[in-house]
Amino acid sequence: MTEAATHLSDVRQFHPRAHAALDNPQIRANFRKAMDGLMDKRRNAFAEWDLETLRTLGANVRQQALANLPDLLEQLEKKLTTNGIQVHWARSGDEACEVIRDICVARNAKRVIKGKSMVSEEMELNHYLEEQGIEALESDLGEYIVQLAEETPSHIIMPAIHKNTGEISDLLHEKTGTDRSHDVNYLTASARQQLREKFMQADVGISGVNFAVAETGTLCLVENEGNGRMTTTVPPCHIAVTGIEKVVGTLDDAAALLALLTRSATGQHITTYFNMISRPRQPEEFDGPEAVHLVLVDNGRSSIYQDDQLLDTLRCIRCGACMNHCPVYTRIGGHAYGTTYPGPIGKILMPHLLGLDATRDLPSASSLCGACGEVCPVRIPIPDLLVRLRRESVDGDRVHESRVRGHGLKRSTWEALAWKGWQWLHVRPTLYRLGTAMGARLRRLQPTTAGAWTRYRTSPRLAPRTLHQQLRERQTGSTGAIPARQRGASQ
Amino acid sequence: MSARDDILNALRARRGGTISAPTPDFSVVTERPWNAAEKLDRFQRMIESVHGEVHRVDEETWVDILADLLKTRGVRNLLAPLKHTIGTALRESDNPDLPELLSYDQSIEHWQPSLFNEVDAGITSTRGAIAETGSLILWPSADEPRLMSLVPPIHIAVLEADQIFATFQEALGLQHWSRGMPTNALLVSGPSKTADIEQTLAYGVHGPKELIVLVLEG
Ligand code: SF4
Repeated sequence: MTEAATHLSDVRQFHPRAHAALDNPQIRANFRKAMDGLMDKRRNAFAEWDLETLRTLGANVRQQALANLPDLLEQLEKKLTTNGIQVHWARSGDEACEVIRDICVARNAKRVIKGKSMVSEEMELNHYLEEQGIEALESDLGEYIVQLAEETPSHIIMPAIHKNTGEISDLLHEKTGTDRSHDVNYLTASARQQLREKFMQADVGISGVNFAVAETGTLCLVENEGNGRMTTTVPPCHIAVTGIEKVVGTLDDAAALLALLTRSATGQHITTYFNMISRPRQPEEFDGPEAVHLVLVDNGRSSIYQDDQLLDTLRCIRCGACMNHCPVYTRIGGHAYGTTYPGPIGKILMPHLLGLDATRDLPSASSLCGACGEVCPVRIPIPDLLVRLRRESVDGDRVHESRVRGHGLKRSTWEALAWKGWQWLHVRPTLYRLGTAMGARLRRLQPTTAGAWTRYRTSPRLAPRTLHQQLRERQTGSTGAIPARQRGASQ
Repeated sequence: MSARDDILNALRARRGGTISAPTPDFSVVTERPWNAAEKLDRFQRMIESVHGEVHRVDEETWVDILADLLKTRGVRNLLAPLKHTIGTALRESDNPDLPELLSYDQSIEHWQPSLFNEVDAGITSTRGAIAETGSLILWPSADEPRLMSLVPPIHIAVLEADQIFATFQEALGLQHWSRGMPTNALLVSGPSKTADIEQTLAYGVHGPKELIVLVLEG
């Protein structure tokens, strides 16, 4: 079975995985603790800010970049090329993997070291490279841990958040021979030592990109560890890979988004490093890669781009705040989703990448509490998008056509028919009144259980009198209340 | 058709037509009322809050102060620029407490293992700093290559107090960054760190474990 196929079956297993996670006190404790901490930190980081104005700025900067997306991409390409950075385009994740393989093969590269890149996770690049006989090693500490454990990240910013120190110590001991210890400094120092060797041996460094600035041809990377700087400086060749939506117009745009990104993500005013790369090594310089490549990946983004509402999805700057504040994510953790991007952003993005049929349970795995939309630094109306995807799952909008791949998968003839009947009845007042009056009369015949609905809830009961009857009584004053119409008139 | 043309065509032929986007108003990230002293104080407070160490020094004393700092840490050698006045001042100093001075005067390929394993500290200049976030601005160059501030366990950065900007935006504007970017530009805010093991902070995971800032006043 290919990894892509495993991946899909994982997504479809959302419910069993969610239940397993809910039953696992360790996972719940790890996530609860981490998310509580992150929520507090974010709040403090924005304490001295006019956050709503700042979010509006973030949203507008991103929206403007999207409005000019094709022009900005061309400008970026031109500028990067002039600067000596080679630009490649890829329609799909597979195509992007092939582009990267070709670069590696042309350089006879066997060892790749990677900085954090969610797009490369989306492409399942590590797996692909390994099949091609190229070792791909993650260097972000969290990603390194997850890779040693042969798992996938459970959070887009903190990949190993599902593990506690004891588990990590055991893992490092088994896989690398590090002594068992609960001293985080010791474990970190030992990883540093191992990874430094790898940096020196690596033929190629692969990184993601947080913002690509069209005006100057600059690739911006946000990080704390310094592994991103190592990855983009030590090996003789650097390949940056990013989604086409990551381009912004100016350095000012990038700076404004930076202010929102780090505070939203981890509650830091800024990360330790903001790394801006505009060129490969110049003849007079003593370090840095001699070749720099940028791979621009579409993988479903250009089709999201077609629709005015879905477009908002592309504003995302991958801060993870929506996950940190999501009551569902906090309880089930990142792995239950079975997708590269978990949590609210995953729920609105993955259906485009994998199809609504493959991600059928994601749009409905939400209470629509609205927390994600409230914290999103670029004002993505995540709850509205979830509702839109739910509607597309049943092809429930007769005015706007469904657009997401795999739409209509949940449409059932019976349900559609029931709604048709509902509609038919509601445009016929006499019949409607007759029907509701009958319902009220026969309310004792109503069953007290209603399948899964009443497993955790009581069944709603029909009222003894219909709304129309109650209103009529009110208006004639028979209950002593002031008639609504009169009340309006007396004001 | 090439992937490039396919993608660009799909974007240009957008079904929804042109996208409306309000013009961004940057005032929320630019307007700061701080004077020079406030900027320095804020810079110091912010970078100290993320484990950076700040010393206010002057032209006369900085070399001796640095020598002391390095001596107490047992630093055996210091990688310093050859051309920048920081490097020349160090090389001209007769302070016996200064460690051996190393120079980065050849391509990394020629001395990678010794840079990675034998250098204790590196000193670089800065192009200024940002008060709001407590960030140093570094533009590595042939005189101060990129790995100088990254690989050694201790990074010392020299900052001129009058080069502290209120915000990143202000630095971008006043220093005209968009007219020409260097190969690599950096904002550095504290030593390298990670919280990937159960959200516990640990320093020096890949880059320097310590960041020492010498602020040149007066
Ligand atoms: S959707 Fe918003 S909150 Fe969630 S990761 Fe993207 S930018 Fe952050």
